[in-house]
Amino acid sequence: MSERELTFAQAVREALAEEMRRDSRVCIFGEDVAEAGTPFKVLSGLVEEFGAERVLDTPISEAGFTGVGVGAAMAGLRPVVDIMFGDFLTLTMDQMVNQAAKAHYMSGGHWRVPMVMRTTLGATRRSAAQHSQSLHAWFSHVPGLNVVLPSTPYDAKGLLKTAIRDENPVIFFEDKMMYKLKGPVPEADYTIPLGVADVKRVGEDITLVATSSMVQVALGAAVMLEKEGISAEVVDPRTTWPLDEKTIIESAKKTSRVIVIDEGYGRYGVTAELAAVIAEGAFYDLDAPVKRMGAMHVPIPFSPPLEDVTVPTEETVTEAARKMCKKS
Amino acid sequence: MTTAASKPHTAPEAAAQKEPQKEKENKWLRAYRQMVRIRLFEEQVNELYTRALMPGLAHLYSGQEAVAVGICEALKIDDYITSTHRGHGHCLAKGASPDRMFAELLGKEAGYCRGKGGSMHIADPATGNLGANAIVGGSVGIATGAAFAAKRLGNGRVAACFFGEGALGQGSLYEVMNLAQLWKLPVIYVCENNMYNEYTHFSETTAGTILGRAAAFGIEGASVDGQDVRAVNEVATRLIERARAGGGPAFLQADTYRYSGHHVGDINREYYRSKQEEQYWKTERDPIKLHGRWLVTLGQADASALEQIATEARAEMEAAVKFAIAAPYPSIDQVEQDVYADVL
Repeated sequence: MSERELTFAQAVREALAEEMRRDSRVCIFGEDVAEAGTPFKVLSGLVEEFGAERVLDTPISEAGFTGVGVGAAMAGLRPVVDIMFGDFLTLTMDQMVNQAAKAHYMSGGHWRVPMVMRTTLGATRRSAAQHSQSLHAWFSHVPGLNVVLPSTPYDAKGLLKTAIRDENPVIFFEDKMMYKLKGPVPEADYTIPLGVADVKRVGEDITLVATSSMVQVALGAAVMLEKEGISAEVVDPRTTWPLDEKTIIESAKKTSRVIVIDEGYGRYGVTAELAAVIAEGAFYDLDAPVKRMGAMHVPIPFSPPLEDVTVPTEETVTEAARKMCKKS
Repeated sequence: MTTAASKPHTAPEAAAQKEPQKEKENKWLRAYRQMVRIRLFEEQVNELYTRALMPGLAHLYSGQEAVAVGICEALKIDDYITSTHRGHGHCLAKGASPDRMFAELLGKEAGYCRGKGGSMHIADPATGNLGANAIVGGSVGIATGAAFAAKRLGNGRVAACFFGEGALGQGSLYEVMNLAQLWKLPVIYVCENNMYNEYTHFSETTAGTILGRAAAFGIEGASVDGQDVRAVNEVATRLIERARAGGGPAFLQADTYRYSGHHVGDINREYYRSKQEEQYWKTERDPIKLHGRWLVTLGQADASALEQIATEARAEMEAAVKFAIAAPYPSIDQVEQDVYADVL
């Protein structure tokens, strides 16, 4: 029996539809989420199935409707708030950081904020500096928030269903360059727990810890490295919080060389945190310092040849891994 | 993962049982009692703070009691409120117990938030209190979202969103007012205009009129003398029942006055307002005196009955303070509890 394949976008939509059928408290709101189905068409068909009372177009008011999501979650709904481009998260920061993240703790555990914020990340779409950022590190920094970064259609469906059922605010980052990526997705109702990393490829010589679309980059690099006789292991944390430190450290100990790859800025970023976790947990097993690869420290430029060099690629990851594995 | 629906977070039954007097007592006598309780609560806060028994900051509600009481007496126990940094009055008026409030103010385990919230963050699902908020305008989205949930769930609840006129400077207020009107949500925006954004007169920070903001969205607006508890209650009842019946949001401007400084330590205030002005409000416009005089004039109570209310409230507050002082702090291992909620 051949496995069914879906695109990343279809997997996201299927997860939402299944959860909306399962739980009438789940609703979606955001800009152009209903008839338009978002500019990426990820939500196409949902308003037709679930109606305008559960799939609501909002004004262009990210701070406002994010706050409405927080209050709706506290008062008994399971809102999925759609922030079209991750760059617009700046407008939601008070609601996410001061309200959603803290309501449970500040109330001594009495109130809960079971909401999901879906948004995007990723460059190379020729969208320039205000539509291309990967800002998940900001949210990973804040106690009270969970941060999910699916890298395959399979993970997207399973993780989104878990996020919707979680009792806490979850930010779910989708790389907009992956929406057309195809992969096997079971029709079954399955969930993937938050905080459990996935070894996407087993290897011996070097570990590539990668997030979101950088997992695909790392898998591509691993194929190239194999031709050169270098066996690369690819570890996908899947969530930057909760973080599965154990799986990452075990892989680092096994291979003794690690590159961490994430599309956000490296400076004070996810790669910095992952490198610190590995250094603390596997220092005496390492044969080389952990290498970090992230977006260059520049606003993402528009011009294609400029933009293309700002993010890690299969070639740059392969080159870095080759250097690290060179026998001296 | 667990399956199926989790329990709703609100459990108003317990608090409802604690309010037998709501049925028995004359409505306006009860409003008087509630205002006196808030005033005497705040006197104790002032005392605790100046004696260095209370950590942190204290923003007193004294002078504004008729607003919280007038509104909350028009709400049901399971209706929602959101409150502000100056929130003790809202919490009490909605039904919170002074002992657990004082315990929270002192950072004790017995507090409403197990000591983790403090004066500016008292929250209580049992009385529909979604939480006091220390970001000016920070709870306007939460109140509007609670109203959205109430409408979607069809549970008939209304949300009252308290904020000061200082919040009129925050853009998110207008974002959610726009949404509330578009979606006809049962939310009442209660703007308590005590005239001072911290240390700055509101005329220096507020262009146009306050009600003009509601009018711009087509939201039903009203203004009321915030020192007159009966007037506040009357207009609040109308707006709340209108919202409950599906009539959509409303905006209430209640003009009032903050007797103390922005916080207890704000003592030398003459650079932003005169002692004469403060004195005028305290002697001529005090909501408790005004309402007490009305009760006596109409023969609903005599002076001794009002004195009796004050005596009882004073004893209640003193006992509550005693309870809070004696209550233990949370154990240190509590520091990492409740950062994340467990899956039900």
